[in-house]
Amino acid sequence: MAPKLQLAIYWAAACGGCDVAILDTDEKILNIAEAADIVLWPIAMDFKYEDLYKMGPESIDVCLYNGAVRTSEQEELAQALRVRSKYMIAFGACASWGGIPGLANLTNREDIFKTVYQETFTTINQEGIRPDVNFRAPEGELFLPRIYDRVWSLDQVVDVDYYVPGCPPTPETIWTAVEAIVTGNLPPKGSVIAGSRSQCDTCQREKTEKKIAQFKRPYEIIPDPNKCLLEQGLICCGPVTRDGCGHRCTSVNMPCRGCYGPSEKVSDQGAKLLNAIASIMDVKDEESARQLAATW
Amino acid sequence: MAAYKRVTIDPITRLEGHGKIEIFLNEAGDAERAYLQIPELRGFEKFCEGRPAEEMPRITQRICGVCPEAHHLASTKALDALWHVDPPRAAKKLRELFYCAHMVHSHTAHFYALGAPDFVVGPGADKKERNILGVIAAVGLETGQEVIKHRSYAQKIQAMIGGKATHPVCGLPGGMSKPITEEERQQIESMALSIVDFAEGSLQIFRDVVLKNKDYVDLIVSDTYSLNCYSMGMVDENNHVNFYDGVMRVVDPNGKEYVKFLASDYNKHFAEHVEPWSYLKFPYLKNVGWKGLVEGIESGLVRVGPLGRLNAAEGMATPRANAAYQEMYSTLGGKPSKATLASHWARLIELLYAAERLVELSQDQEITSTDIRTIPTDTPTEGIGIVEAPRGTLMHHYVTDEKGIIKKVNLVVASAHGYGAMNISVDKAAKGLIKKGKVDEAAKNMVEMAFRAYDPCFGCATHTMPGKLPLIISVYDCNREKIMDLEW
Repeated sequence: MAPKLQLAIYWAAACGGCDVAILDTDEKILNIAEAADIVLWPIAMDFKYEDLYKMGPESIDVCLYNGAVRTSEQEELAQALRVRSKYMIAFGACASWGGIPGLANLTNREDIFKTVYQETFTTINQEGIRPDVNFRAPEGELFLPRIYDRVWSLDQVVDVDYYVPGCPPTPETIWTAVEAIVTGNLPPKGSVIAGSRSQCDTCQREKTEKKIAQFKRPYEIIPDPNKCLLEQGLICCGPVTRDGCGHRCTSVNMPCRGCYGPSEKVSDQGAKLLNAIASIMDVKDEESARQLAATW
Repeated sequence: MAAYKRVTIDPITRLEGHGKIEIFLNEAGDAERAYLQIPELRGFEKFCEGRPAEEMPRITQRICGVCPEAHHLASTKALDALWHVDPPRAAKKLRELFYCAHMVHSHTAHFYALGAPDFVVGPGADKKERNILGVIAAVGLETGQEVIKHRSYAQKIQAMIGGKATHPVCGLPGGMSKPITEEERQQIESMALSIVDFAEGSLQIFRDVVLKNKDYVDLIVSDTYSLNCYSMGMVDENNHVNFYDGVMRVVDPNGKEYVKFLASDYNKHFAEHVEPWSYLKFPYLKNVGWKGLVEGIESGLVRVGPLGRLNAAEGMATPRANAAYQEMYSTLGGKPSKATLASHWARLIELLYAAERLVELSQDQEITSTDIRTIPTDTPTEGIGIVEAPRGTLMHHYVTDEKGIIKKVNLVVASAHGYGAMNISVDKAAKGLIKKGKVDEAAKNMVEMAFRAYDPCFGCATHTMPGKLPLIISVYDCNREKIMDLEW
């Protein structure tokens, strides 16, 4: 019998949804447990950092790292896990591209601290106390990791072998990745393990190639469940987002928000989306474009 | 200064999110003080500024992927208030059904995967086995498969309504994005009936494994794991537990009603304190006041989550869960219970309530109604939404401009409400368990059991990021000649 796969699962600036997604493989989780020894998984297992630091280089076969990197601790763990893992996988949207925590890059640490520790409606902090990386308690020093000014995707911190997209990845996407790993049938390094086409390529909604005369926000209309949401005026990230999620959001009549990341031919998902939207705006000149943009 | 020896537990495990425990031992080797520190902050309050409000249910749920439905619905309720719109009755029922399925998922996951290993496998068992796989090995594969099946049912029901079980997308101001069909209703009903039996079976496992073991019962009622403080939860008009809607009720350490308040008044009753040694703030009852990390009626700390809710209520709204509620309090010797480890028991009673309520709602005549949206017409201003998250009371508060663009956000989450209580519990457990320098693996895990009973989610707790993105769209014609710049 082949030796069992050594598997580590870690979360950084994450929500835990990727870990729940692994549980959502349901009875297959037992197959995963059969094929692999899980050597680190803080949500479910009691192994500590000291156990990890005792392990040698490349002693872990695969590390599924979910979450973005925004603290010194998360960076150290990314490096420690990279050295010890043969394959480092950016698991989920945050590890792959920063995800929702990446929105913090629109601001900075100081402004965040000011809002959170001084300004919110319920904060009472006349002394202006801020959490600090060192604090001298009566019994001894207490340490906190440093929070960085910005948020990084995993591949901006360490070398990444594969990407498993989604917020969270579907159980099907996860199982495809697990099978590829267990059988050694792996795609070229750097691949995104999911579909390669765009959401729109595989969407079942009816498209008529019509131009839009007005933007709508999701709360303003009850869209036709069978027609293209974008053509109904709702901003939908389908044209530029990778498929493989099973169209989970559009299936309940809500527009795509792009969690499977850019499709194969797209590098900047946001810019490409603006491009796609601009191309279907029913406008003749600058003035009519301004008027249409103002309908949002 | 006396030299203290340090014992570090890093990371704490079998919970959602990040945390660390530092225990200081005095010269005699006894635990002098333990700190539960939270080493992360994401900053949602700041980076949500400038977003369209209707996106908040989809953004803020990324605070927590274990209880995303809680954030999704607290946020959606805040949007109802923000746009001054009352959803149709069927939409409210559909939200509650969806939410009860969520409670089934979360409570099942916590009991079996996070909590039970300490009791079923044992608090001092080898850490390689002290996990869900060890639980399955102990209770048998058949029971293990029942657990997997029923948590999966709960996820399926949520996905049916919300598109995705984790990070659903169905909540809109004034209603829900999609009705359910009769066929879907029937599937939900049959899964719900099966979940009721599963919940009863889970309570039986608790009776057999925990309550019939004198050592465990002694542990549950011991002073080491007790905490004397206020309790809070949402209740209906009969003072019965409700997860989705109702008024907030707080009882004092003696069980006497201290205050009842509406969601819109939350900031008259709650404030948050900052300590320099943790990124997480400490909410407390404003009118009682911040007295530090201390117990008692003079201290504004509250217990939330299953035991807090059951303490703050006068019963459960469904028959079987209510019987289990009475059984628990008569066994524990009255209300409110100070026994933190009884939270596991309370969680299973709530699992049963969620299952029974799922059945009721799935059999409701109105549940397949297509009248599930009221389109808002008012100008948005300010909105507050509260639900009971699996781990306790969750508060979302937004202020927008007249276009519904977020100007200010406040989020007071379940695990933050319980953070003061958890710190005291961890400190008491360390003092009770670590004496004369004896600190083995079992003792360290038993200190962790003190926070684990609360089922904390420090993913939720560390949500805490504004900003307008200067965006200029340049439009080019087919010859790549720039026609215009649009500021958006």
